[in-house]
Amino acid sequence: MTTTTQSGELPLELAETVVIRFAGDSGDGMQLTGNQFTTSSALVGNDLATLPDYPAEIRAPAGTRAGVSGFQLAFSSRDIHTPGDSPDVLVAMNAAALAVNYKQLKPGGLIIANTGNFGEKDLEKAQLKTNPLADGSLDGFRVIEIDINKRVAEALKDSGLNAKEVQRCKNFYTLGLLYWLYSRPMDVTEKWLRDKFGKRPELAEANITAMKAGYNAGDIHQLFQGRYDVKKCQELPNGTYRNIMGNPAVGLGLIAGAELAGLEIVLGSYPITPATTILETLAAYKHYGVTTIQMEDEIAAICAAIGASFAGKLGVTTTSGPGMALKTEAMGLALMTELPLVIVNVQRGGPSTGLPTKTEQADLNQAIFGRNGESPIPVLACATVGDAFECAVEACRIAVEYMTPVILLTDGFIANGAEPWKLPDIDALPRFEVKFAQDKDGFLPYSRDEKGARPWAKPGTPGLQHRIGGLEKAHLTGNVSYDPDNHEFMIHARLEKVMGIRESIPTPKVEGAQNGKLLVLGWGSTYGAITEAREQLHRKGIEFGQMHLRHLYPLPKGLAEIFARYDRVLVPEINLGQLARYMRGEFQNVEFLSYGRTLGLPLRAHEIAAKIETLLEQ
Amino acid sequence: MTDTLTKKDFKSDQEVRWCPGCGDYAILNAVQQACATIGKPQHEVAFVSGIGCSSRFPYYMNTYGFHTIHGRAPAIATGLKTANPALSVWIITGDGDALSIGGNHLAHILRRNLDVNILLFNNEIYGLTKGQYSPTSPAGTRTKTSPMGSIDRPFNPISFALGCGATFVARTIDTHLKHMAGVLEAAAAHKGTSFIEIYQNCVIFNDGAFDDVADKKVRDDRTIDLEPGQKMIYGKDGDKGLKTEGFSMVRCAPEEASTWTAASPYGAPAFLMSGLDHDPEMPNPIGIFRSVDAPIFEDGVNGQVSAAIEKKGRGKLKDLIYAGETWDINS
Repeated sequence: MTTTTQSGELPLELAETVVIRFAGDSGDGMQLTGNQFTTSSALVGNDLATLPDYPAEIRAPAGTRAGVSGFQLAFSSRDIHTPGDSPDVLVAMNAAALAVNYKQLKPGGLIIANTGNFGEKDLEKAQLKTNPLADGSLDGFRVIEIDINKRVAEALKDSGLNAKEVQRCKNFYTLGLLYWLYSRPMDVTEKWLRDKFGKRPELAEANITAMKAGYNAGDIHQLFQGRYDVKKCQELPNGTYRNIMGNPAVGLGLIAGAELAGLEIVLGSYPITPATTILETLAAYKHYGVTTIQMEDEIAAICAAIGASFAGKLGVTTTSGPGMALKTEAMGLALMTELPLVIVNVQRGGPSTGLPTKTEQADLNQAIFGRNGESPIPVLACATVGDAFECAVEACRIAVEYMTPVILLTDGFIANGAEPWKLPDIDALPRFEVKFAQDKDGFLPYSRDEKGARPWAKPGTPGLQHRIGGLEKAHLTGNVSYDPDNHEFMIHARLEKVMGIRESIPTPKVEGAQNGKLLVLGWGSTYGAITEAREQLHRKGIEFGQMHLRHLYPLPKGLAEIFARYDRVLVPEINLGQLARYMRGEFQNVEFLSYGRTLGLPLRAHEIAAKIETLLEQ
Repeated sequence: MTDTLTKKDFKSDQEVRWCPGCGDYAILNAVQQACATIGKPQHEVAFVSGIGCSSRFPYYMNTYGFHTIHGRAPAIATGLKTANPALSVWIITGDGDALSIGGNHLAHILRRNLDVNILLFNNEIYGLTKGQYSPTSPAGTRTKTSPMGSIDRPFNPISFALGCGATFVARTIDTHLKHMAGVLEAAAAHKGTSFIEIYQNCVIFNDGAFDDVADKKVRDDRTIDLEPGQKMIYGKDGDKGLKTEGFSMVRCAPEEASTWTAASPYGAPAFLMSGLDHDPEMPNPIGIFRSVDAPIFEDGVNGQVSAAIEKKGRGKLKDLIYAGETWDINS
């Protein structure tokens, strides 16, 4: 860190990476505060990563630990890969938020506590016998105490708003304070507030006043010894960027994929955490020819998508684990009728209802193996928020080129996490235009092209009337067939078609050491944490190979050759070793070690690094 | 071309495999004839079914067809019809398929008012699994899964449909071909979801379930055909009538009979009529219980897409991706 002093002001320190966690009641607007800080930091040019962490209850009892909602973000002048293992700064809007979060703070970290919510009752609701601000719990941290409730009330005493409305502005006071502390501009948030409260300008003005009061408080009240700045990140590749979260990125990827296929999307969906915002994103893009149907349940949602695919549209359905379970039979129907379909599973903590708002990677077995009968369905998983766009396009490509349902796995971390996204060159994306069957001469609904795909004949096409369904199909004609040899033939035909997808996908690249003692194999949202662990160990002179799988079924070619270059393969994942077990079945001569955590949280880079160090010392 | 369509044009090349004597044959015959009469070319027609004996129906139609999974035909038809509103879509289902496993989807397609025709073959039994009580079996039905008689109170499919806000609700009988033809044509002409319950005899597992009202010998005296705008008169000799009296339907002389309206702003008269089924003193209603206009689901969905395109212009992919606050890195 370098320290510069601007004349007449507090010293300005340059920081490389800062991790802040905003924490408050579910109703305190912490997600909003975090998102605004994220947007402003993105526009400053920082690299960043976010981790919203909130309860499933919309408004758990105020002031309780159960109701604490958190938003963590890392912003940096370096190319970073995770939202940080532990925060440098904790903003605690009440006693419960402090109690739940302070132990994760870095030693010597900064706590900004709203003393307005540390009264006797607040402590009681937070199940605290003594006040942690006074009882020594926070020794070793830097604590800044501010009565934000009182400060906001003072700042807005002339606003004409009632006391309740005034208190709802306190998150913007806090945001203003943090903007001051980290030298962020306020104009983006100001504009956002004016747009958001277009019909109630007095609320926009009150929030802006509160934010400015918070900003000015930094100077006036001498709360801090200095300010910080985090400069623009110069390490990211050249290009145009925007800030995006995983679910909208999937939504945009689906629209792009449909357009590259020359099709329109019909999304059949049912609201489920944490997938709902994909439906919401697509519902707002009707002018792209997108049709969204909110169906009566998960089963109806996938079925509507299948019906639309039968009609010649790109059927899509979006859900999370419990919804996947319900959709299982219909996935089999899509597979049997060989219709294109994209199924997005935004994984959450399971089993059963599990942890709706937390992240996990425990639906891999379900995606690959979880259907009755021999039922191969291609499975993809995205590694980062930006990768979610590309994976959605890839899922569309596979679905239409191979006439098959495709499962795209993301998770709660990717869904709600935000990152700067390097925008793709749209004109350079390869097209995969669909050609519908038109010619009735020799039309056979279950004949196959060189990829093993059957023809797609839309109802409405003269002369191509045919019947499809879930009963076993006769080769070529598609008529119902109970013939034993035909059944075995068709089982192989469906499998070979899906296995043939390997011809169209690249062998993944290995980052870091190209051979040696250890390869770390990941999939899905652990990419950032594994990469961060590799960079941390690299700085200590420790090297290993890192490979990440986008295509989980079928697996890309060339993996056995890569595994052969290493003594052992470590598989970190947010489950009890599902990929590791799958790999052991596929590559019986390779030693796969599992590193599985199931905290409902992303893997932590330093923990992966520690595991790797231990392994390399053995 | 359409004026030359015949019943034969709607027969597929597949061998029909229902039990000899099954009521499904008569329904297939009537539907093929109705399709020819309606005159929509085969490639613009799609039959969608669930699972059960009746659900094999699409294989026997020379149209587009989708034999889906148990109970889900309404959901699949919703995607199909919304994606291509020009198609004439028919859903073929049974009492188990529509009212047990698929009850939720049936309820929702009816409230949405998708412009499709639903034919519910009601034989009051599970046939394809060899004779277990269904959601329309009368309480006390003895089957292998209910050796001491079923406990469940049955659904009345007409009451169910009316309760879901269906805009066209009718009933007909597999052996009453002339009546079935009229109901099928009226259903096809209706804009919105047309729901038809067909009393269908399962010759193997529930033979004669509807004989007390549907048998040709008693049919005229034991049923009343609800014809919108016509007096409620029934009986072989036209000697019996029905009239409304307060919240009841009572028998009366033909000259006192009320006029049946299927387009009442309230569903009450139709619902009242649907309750007469098991009253031995009263005729069992068939014909058109309800026929009202309401907005059509797929018109609404597609209308919003068109309106969005008209208002904002057809979206360009580049604008979509490069939206919001962007910044450049050029180092």
